[in-house]
Amino acid sequence: MHRNAMRRTFARLGWLLAAVLVLAACGAPTAPAPAAPAQPAAPAEAEAEFVPTRGGGDLLRILYWQAPTILNTHLAVGTKDFDASRLILEPLAAIDADGNLVPLLVEEIPTLENGGVAEDLSSITWKLRRDIKWSDGTDFTAADVVFTYEYCINPATTCVNTATFQGIASIETPDDYTVKIIWENPNANYYKAFTSTNGRILQKAQFADCIGEAASTAEACQAANLAPIGTGPYKVVEFKPGDVVLYEINEFYRDPDKPFFKQVQFKGGGDAPSAARAVLQTGDTDWAWNLQVEASVLTQLAAQGGAGQLVIYNVANVERLLINFTNPDPALGDERAQLSQPHPFLTDHAVRKALALAIDRAAIAEQLYGPAGSPTCYLLWYPPFRSGIDEYFGDDCPQDIAEANRILDEAGWVRGADGVRAKDGVRLSVLFQTSTNTLRQKTQELIKQWWEEIGVETELKNVDAGVFFGSDAGNPDNIGHFFADIQMYTTGAAELNPISHLCQYTSDQASQRENEWRSPNNMRWQNPEFDALCEEALQTTDTNRIFEIAMALDGLIVSDYAMIPLVGRPRVAGASLQLRGYSPSGWDSEMWDVANWYKVD
Amino acid sequence: MGLFILRRLIISVPTLLGISLVIYMVLALAPGDPLAQFAADPSVPVEVRENIRQALGLNDPWYIRYFKWLSALLRGDWGFSFASRVPVLDLIGQRLPQTLQVLGLAYLLSICLAIPIGVLSALRPYSLFDNIATTFAFIGFSLPTFFTGLVLILIFSVNLRWLPFIYDSTLTVNSWETFIRQIRQMIMPITVLALFQTGTLTRFVRASMLDNLPADYVRTARSKGLNERAVVLRHVLRNSLIPVVTLIALGVPTIFTGAIVTEQIFRINGIGELLIRSIQNSDTPVIMAITFIFAVLVVIANLLADVIYGLLDPRIRYS
Amino acid sequence: MTDATTTAQSLPLETPASLARQTGLKQRPPRTLWGDAWRRFRRHRMAMAGMTVLAFLVIATLIGPLVYTESPRRIDFSKSMLAPSSTNPFGTDDLGRDMLARLLLGGRVSLAVGVSAMIISISLGTLIGSTAGFLGGRVDTILMRLTDLFLALPVVPLLLLLIFLFRDTLRRLMGPEMGIFWLIVCVIGVLNWMTVARLVRGSFLSLKEKEFVEAATMVGVRRLRIMFRHILPNTLGPIIVAATLSVGAAIITESVLSFLGLGFPPDVPTWGRLLYDGQNFMEFAPWMVLFPGFFIFLTVLCINFMGDGLRDALDPRQRG
Repeated sequence: MHRNAMRRTFARLGWLLAAVLVLAACGAPTAPAPAAPAQPAAPAEAEAEFVPTRGGGDLLRILYWQAPTILNTHLAVGTKDFDASRLILEPLAAIDADGNLVPLLVEEIPTLENGGVAEDLSSITWKLRRDIKWSDGTDFTAADVVFTYEYCINPATTCVNTATFQGIASIETPDDYTVKIIWENPNANYYKAFTSTNGRILQKAQFADCIGEAASTAEACQAANLAPIGTGPYKVVEFKPGDVVLYEINEFYRDPDKPFFKQVQFKGGGDAPSAARAVLQTGDTDWAWNLQVEASVLTQLAAQGGAGQLVIYNVANVERLLINFTNPDPALGDERAQLSQPHPFLTDHAVRKALALAIDRAAIAEQLYGPAGSPTCYLLWYPPFRSGIDEYFGDDCPQDIAEANRILDEAGWVRGADGVRAKDGVRLSVLFQTSTNTLRQKTQELIKQWWEEIGVETELKNVDAGVFFGSDAGNPDNIGHFFADIQMYTTGAAELNPISHLCQYTSDQASQRENEWRSPNNMRWQNPEFDALCEEALQTTDTNRIFEIAMALDGLIVSDYAMIPLVGRPRVAGASLQLRGYSPSGWDSEMWDVANWYKVD
Repeated sequence: MGLFILRRLIISVPTLLGISLVIYMVLALAPGDPLAQFAADPSVPVEVRENIRQALGLNDPWYIRYFKWLSALLRGDWGFSFASRVPVLDLIGQRLPQTLQVLGLAYLLSICLAIPIGVLSALRPYSLFDNIATTFAFIGFSLPTFFTGLVLILIFSVNLRWLPFIYDSTLTVNSWETFIRQIRQMIMPITVLALFQTGTLTRFVRASMLDNLPADYVRTARSKGLNERAVVLRHVLRNSLIPVVTLIALGVPTIFTGAIVTEQIFRINGIGELLIRSIQNSDTPVIMAITFIFAVLVVIANLLADVIYGLLDPRIRYS
Repeated sequence: MTDATTTAQSLPLETPASLARQTGLKQRPPRTLWGDAWRRFRRHRMAMAGMTVLAFLVIATLIGPLVYTESPRRIDFSKSMLAPSSTNPFGTDDLGRDMLARLLLGGRVSLAVGVSAMIISISLGTLIGSTAGFLGGRVDTILMRLTDLFLALPVVPLLLLLIFLFRDTLRRLMGPEMGIFWLIVCVIGVLNWMTVARLVRGSFLSLKEKEFVEAATMVGVRRLRIMFRHILPNTLGPIIVAATLSVGAAIITESVLSFLGLGFPPDVPTWGRLLYDGQNFMEFAPWMVLFPGFFIFLTVLCINFMGDGLRDALDPRQRG
């Protein structure tokens, strides 16, 4: 699709509706995989006659290599909890693979056109369906929605989803089936509350006494956290935290023909390679989550498996290098990595540019990530911003060692006897850290080889993921302290509107000793132009303009080499060849449409 | 002996307090974050994570947290898991059966195998039997369990399709058919563990026997005209058991903390798996509970070992 | 019975000196404990074989990389997962690096770590165990409660704490490679002495009540000498097995440490790491796991046979 046409659509329909371009689960044209993944199940013509009925199938086996530990998503500690809970707890509306809102517990999606969203963007009104029942047979009403907000907004509850409720002034319920959210300021991101994976509704009756500390300490609440009553297609039979959840059909589920399976088993634990074996080779499971396995192993397993196939779908995640703009030298003591101490050589644009030019992103993506990655020059590599490898990779950032060497020569960095470049006594020697993960260590080794070709000495370091991503102030090895020269990890916007994600990197958000290294701009990158654009983006409600700003912000990050995007990372799951009806979405839980899943013989 | 046991029990109280203090300090000072999984997830910003750390009391100084933990423990409250928000003991209780079933069985099996194999090996050193036993023992302990586990999975699950490699903990044994299923899913993990433990133990039994076989008392016993069987079983074996008892005693507490790698490979919900996951997620109350119970078991096991020394060799005196 | 080094056990009342006087063999060249041990050791065929193979491994890893010039780090995707051939005798890994070159480079580290960590843990364990067992009483109580503490400590958080406390300091003091090497060796050694200590103490408790010790005490042999000359050689069997075990364990533990971020940088291909990294390629490129696995196995086996030989050689009752 042409970019201008895309932008017009985008402006007209608003953020979420506009993104009609994300690859569907089937086909995946925008996730070019060197070894073509098996085509995810598109029910064949011959099978079209098969009509799944409620309880028509026996057992659905789902395998996650991280085990769910809690089913109340507001107290969750990881994706596995959100996904295991999705069979039970639902938001008002889900977001499908194309970024469209899908009404679940509401009559329709409120828009500017149908008046559900106020003209001045000061409020949004959801009309709840009247026929929804909780799995205990009681009615689902607006009181439950308001309760969820009150539950989560209390800091003592320790709710992880409070960010989605920020900016809400109040919630009104004119009647039992109407929820009107009034924003503190006009909000262009009006769908943010009660949608998608973070917006699950709790039953007021079950959790009424669980606000605040009681959420984790009261016995009744502890039990409720493990077996919440929901509106989803299934309900809990047995839950062993950290191991397995067993579900059965919720007989009060709104669609009389769904769900298909009498029972669901959601097993956790183990590692990704053996999960891949279970779904692709032996058929011990019907669905396996996040098959983060080296390309060569994964493609072999998929090719000779015979029991399952890979399912690839887009998310906003990008594996990137982050450059430290401050000096992490331990000799500086308290002044280490403070803004007052600029980095001795990474502040030189020529050095950053040369480092980026030396990297062959296509090789990393093809050889290491395989179906789970495609090379990208940009952070916004996914529709509606860019689509197709020609747009986000193309000829914009090929490897060019000769050019990198030339740039360094020109900038006065001269090779010494040991092959390492230096200028005025400063050697180009970098400490490159990332989390412990086979793929990342191999990427590190590749990049080290290239950097040494341009005369940059590279020392590698890897840190246990729990430590690397930890936020405790006394932990010098985490991404916030960034006591290294370069670090690498994956992140990306959780919603289609990337502004709040990109604007984490404004100058005033630099992580420093004063803020206990907790502010998100851990590169300590300072760019007034970027700051000004973010300022504007937060003021404007014009979606067309927001789109332009997002593209400009991405452009600034890339052209200033503050971050070096490497690989866009679609998510890879595995599905049994008999499984049908799934359409995983990168903007919602992987289990968002589990009510539609069924199996054929 | 009775006095000795009593004295040791009294000493163990301050010992355990000391151990718990050290463990708590290590946990509190080691870097980690229960919400680390959300670090790169922009929908859970740093302020939210910070607020949760605050609410869970993770930002208090470690000694204050320790005294809170200890005083709660004295009231019988082991705290709740950050990851599941349920009492820690519930989590451990849920996993105890699996742990005992698989690990306990594997341990028993290896003791029952190791002692006879070790004795036979020692009686005929460098014989064919000894060489075969030695080879297996060395394969058992020089190859890590993640490796032997994977080999078994590739052979028996992927190629032959005989055995499942995802442990189903929801299976309730109530019929012959479910019993067979339970056995089938236990074969591989037990084999992996038993191979490793038998390998280790066999070597110790053999070495200890070899140490004792040429001893004077053995010659004396033989010259008394005792038959070889009685000499070996009643005299040599008994005297050779001291190192073996030490090892077995040290091994009993580890049944409780589980075989972390094996449990992960076969997805058995044992306590070891819970421990390592809790460590990864800095789930302090769970780690403390498991390691503290483990410490109690270590102290008891070592006391038992000392008591058994006295039974095996009445000359051992405890002052 | 002509040995000048006969212990008190077989002839309780005879000290070496009196024995020499009795037999009137003064003119024979003096034979030391270690000289005799070496003589007996050489006669132990398996021990000599073990030592030869191990020496070969050590020499190969030391000078191999100088002779065999294939780069262990050069990534070349066009050579990914090649089976063993004349150009790559041990095949290549998934990134097209030569396995033999990597094994040689990694072997240096793995052997050094395995043996050094073993020496630390065995010495520490033997020292603590024998002191506790021999002295008994309060010393025993304190040392054994210390052992309990170390046994009870959860290893992973402890390691994380150690990295956090010492990594940067050591890196600054000794440079990245040596600093990490000593940190790893000490960590593995210090975390693994407890079994040895309990084993040695158990044996000591039993042995120190035996007649030959009483005898030695009676003839006025010093306590330290009794401990190390008379009792210790009788406990060697279990100690040697423990030593053998701990070499293999240390080589594997090293690879586990690197996953916590404590080990060597990810581009140092130690045997444990090669084995771990290669496990998922077992079906497609078995040489990626077979060779590192085989070398660990071989090392442990060699050390065991050497240990067996050493025990026989030092065993005071086996004369030859």
